[in-house]
Amino acid sequence: MRPFTYERATSAEAAVKAAAETPNAKFIAGGTNLLDLMKLEIEHPAHLIDVGRLPLAGIEDTPDGGLRIGSMATNSHVAADARVRARYPVLTHAIVAGGSGQLRNKATTGGNLLQRTRCAYFYDTTKPCNKRAPGSGCGALEGLNRNSAIFGASHACIATHPSDMAVALAVLDATVETLSPSGQARSFAVTDLHRLPGETPDVETHLIPGELITAIVLPPAPAPSEEGGGQVYRKVRDRASYAAGLVSVAVVGGKVAFGAVAHKPWRAAQAEAALASGASPAEAIAAELAQASNNGRNGFKISLISRLAPVVIKEARKAGRSA
Amino acid sequence: MSSVADWEAASNPVKENRAGNIGKAVDRYEGPLKVTGTAPYAFEVELPPSASGPPLYGVMVSAAIASGRIAAIETAQAEASPGVRLVWTHLNVPEQGPRPERYDFFTPSPRPALQSDRVYFFGQQVAVVVADTFENANAAAAMVKVTYEADAPMADFHAVRDQGVQPPGEQDTEIGDFAAAFAAAPVTIDDVWRTPLQNHCQMEPCATTAWWDGDKLTVNTSVQMVRFAQNSLAETLMIPSKSVRLLTRYIGGGFGGKGSFYEDLVLASLAARELGQPVKVAFSRQQMMHGTVHRPATEQRVRLGATPDGKLTAMSIMTVTHCDSRGNFTEHASNFARSLYAAPNRLTGHRLVRMDLPVASAMRAPGEASGTLSLEVAMDELAEKLGIDPMELRILNEPETDPETGKPFSIRQLVRCMREGAQIFGWDRRTPKIGAVKNGRWTIGLGMAAAIRGNMLLPAKCSFTVDAEGVITVKQGMTDIGTGTYTVLAQIAAETLGVPLGDVRVEIGDSELPPAPGSGGQFGAATAGSAALDAGMNLRKAIAEIAVADPASPLYGGPSQDITFQDGVIAIANRSERLADLIRRNRPEGLVAEGEIRPAADARNWSQHTYGAHFVEVAVDTVTGEVRTRRMLGVFAAGRILNWKTARSQLTGGMIWGVGSALTEGNAVDPRHGSLINQDLAGYLVPVQADIGELDAIMLDEVDDKANPMGIKGVGELGISGAGAAVANAIYNACGVRVRDYPITPDKLLAALEAKGL
Repeated sequence: MRPFTYERATSAEAAVKAAAETPNAKFIAGGTNLLDLMKLEIEHPAHLIDVGRLPLAGIEDTPDGGLRIGSMATNSHVAADARVRARYPVLTHAIVAGGSGQLRNKATTGGNLLQRTRCAYFYDTTKPCNKRAPGSGCGALEGLNRNSAIFGASHACIATHPSDMAVALAVLDATVETLSPSGQARSFAVTDLHRLPGETPDVETHLIPGELITAIVLPPAPAPSEEGGGQVYRKVRDRASYAAGLVSVAVVGGKVAFGAVAHKPWRAAQAEAALASGASPAEAIAAELAQASNNGRNGFKISLISRLAPVVIKEARKAGRSA
Repeated sequence: MSSVADWEAASNPVKENRAGNIGKAVDRYEGPLKVTGTAPYAFEVELPPSASGPPLYGVMVSAAIASGRIAAIETAQAEASPGVRLVWTHLNVPEQGPRPERYDFFTPSPRPALQSDRVYFFGQQVAVVVADTFENANAAAAMVKVTYEADAPMADFHAVRDQGVQPPGEQDTEIGDFAAAFAAAPVTIDDVWRTPLQNHCQMEPCATTAWWDGDKLTVNTSVQMVRFAQNSLAETLMIPSKSVRLLTRYIGGGFGGKGSFYEDLVLASLAARELGQPVKVAFSRQQMMHGTVHRPATEQRVRLGATPDGKLTAMSIMTVTHCDSRGNFTEHASNFARSLYAAPNRLTGHRLVRMDLPVASAMRAPGEASGTLSLEVAMDELAEKLGIDPMELRILNEPETDPETGKPFSIRQLVRCMREGAQIFGWDRRTPKIGAVKNGRWTIGLGMAAAIRGNMLLPAKCSFTVDAEGVITVKQGMTDIGTGTYTVLAQIAAETLGVPLGDVRVEIGDSELPPAPGSGGQFGAATAGSAALDAGMNLRKAIAEIAVADPASPLYGGPSQDITFQDGVIAIANRSERLADLIRRNRPEGLVAEGEIRPAADARNWSQHTYGAHFVEVAVDTVTGEVRTRRMLGVFAAGRILNWKTARSQLTGGMIWGVGSALTEGNAVDPRHGSLINQDLAGYLVPVQADIGELDAIMLDEVDDKANPMGIKGVGELGISGAGAAVANAIYNACGVRVRDYPITPDKLLAALEAKGL
């Protein structure tokens, strides 16, 4: 870890202003990922702006019946919120499938979205990694890529986004609210937050430098019905707890998203379109998987999704019926 | 030298167990310190006033290649970094004793650090930075720039396994004519199993705090073998052994990985001398993975031949394994099979390949833990082919004497372990029909396997002191790596001297105390405990002699051999007094007695092992390939048990490691780089609480009088032996596929299911 300076932001406006004015500054909230990355010499911020105590931790109802989750709300807090549990159970299930109790107590909603890949080559500074050291190559491409992406990868990077929570937010059509360094507030779909790796896997989101996530807004939950409401999150992992996903599947009615398969939470648009036009779950998932690719060791993810996702879709329908 | 017959004949307080301390579920002696965070581990020890100044912190720099040489190493920037006191590389590290041609476990020899420009494995330490704070040392360590001339590493075990040669000094053992018997056998199994590199993953990474007082070095470190480390460190530093005091009072796990020691100990000692100030050096978790030792991968070919009624006629397990380019460690995965089942024709042996990989060494039941993962699954496969219950197949092949040497068993209760376990577990509910039991998305399967692990006794000494308060202090250069050594030594002392457990103090982990080999090879309790018993017996004699010679004692003039020791009171018939009173009058400064144990001259006339049987219930999600253990039961026969609680804890811990070896554990080697890709506990998966359902270990009443004067044996490595095989067999019973490439992860299970059209 290298020396850095630190300040505690007094307001969101002050935080983005400091970020704009200080070279190589980073926001820190729970620090559950950033501190590890600093200790391992993967991130080298010169200045940390602590946004963890900003008054952005609330969870409030929106006028249209949705929910606004402050970006500083901890993962534990969100997962345990009675409204989230009742109306967005897929979100609770996704959050508690991630990390450990201790991590979820510290990790925030905004930080969870911006956590970085668990690709082993990203973590090992002796190995090439275009995400960590642009231009150095991709160690995983011909390496031990068991947990690499099968959707939307590039020759420059086959890393995945590790968040469980983000997969649920994607399938729930959540919106991200931000404050830019110029003081402008904006909002956009959570599925537009992360980028695919392309030629610049080091640039992971569409946020502009110094832009701060202030909230996540969930639209009103679909009413429970066979087509609309059943919510299921299933994560497959090597051990029962505290393990990155091999794949995860989130279903809300006819909407489907996958985790641990791409550089971003993967909304399965092809599958959804097929389902909407009356395809069977298996046919719909096959349609999505038609665009999947693999690098050898991660090929099992394609089989895994083709076996699991139809089951999850059926479970969600059943849950919708019984709700 | 004593003989086994002496041990069998002689009674002693541990055997008599009048106060009932032996076998009891006694809480850990040091438990309150550990759970309150007040047990000082090596990196945290408080420095004495004699230590000159506050501690400095050393951070090591590790090689980024697996084979080659350091072409250049730039340290100027690190040296100029804030707080830095020194930077050492192979170019300027102080002279140390030369590395021997070969290391072995029990012969002390120098372990010099930063010796040359050669890099022998990825993660080898190539520099150390010492600074005033950990943070400054860490920051400066990142500024050391190393340029390498790298060779292509030989790091793909499965590509080079055919180059394996007979390990030095070893031979295959063949009884009868294996090839002919196997060829003629009506029913056969011939399969290959693979086990991966595994890492110890001790909770406490290796760490040292060192300081000098004149010519005398004191080190607090984390090692399993006190004297070995003390002597080897002295040879490394080229100073007399008596100039080194090595302390290792609390150890956060060893598992074989702290059998030796590493650069933290050497560099902290050297830097503290150079800088005239205490120095602390610790390994990071990532450095632990590469820079210490690991269990090497194996490939094991198992061949079994049997008659249709289930009698083994031919049995072979041949293991290929690897070690580092300068090593000679062999993972003896085939050895346990030499004593397990009867079969008139048998062949076992090993082949070893030297590779550009980190250093291979002992880990959690070296040999058994790997080998049972093949043979004990092969037996399950054979049982299925024969249509015989897997447990009954094992019982059918139970030998009367050691099947290889013909020696009698000291005691062997494997069948009883299986029978009792089967009853408690409900083995009769198992159906050989695959996937017969469903529970939601889970398919349930049951599996079992046998466990066997050898038993050893090594020489050791111990001293007992009784003070004027009647308090007994046990002193021994022994270690407690989380196993319960403190506690069992206290129990032996309490029982031997007839004092309450609360009146016993235990001092271990100090090279200035009477030597014991330490913890490893599940020889710790028997070795250290037998020496303690002898010290206790000698202290009883000394006390008795003083009592009958003391006119002020009610025992004066009595027959000293008749003295009893109970509740802190010594008595002859109805004449008695408190032990404390006698000592206060006669030896107010305390009375010391020494004791020792040596292996019996004829101990090797018996085939001596610990045994067990594992029963496991797993749930398999046949859609995803996920496996969860739901129930595990181990029944073990391991001689007299000193402490039900700590022994059970060791056994259940071993069983959990068995789950890890079956389902999750393994270091993935990237052969291009000769390095392990999963370098932390988020990538190297050991079982977590949620992976383990119901879990129990039961120990049979047993005494092995041929093992040592107490009739006890070790349990530290027995629990893992066979546990993973039972998991694999249960998976097969659930879903009908075998994955012979451990660990059995969802991707592999899925591929096997799909290959069968499932």
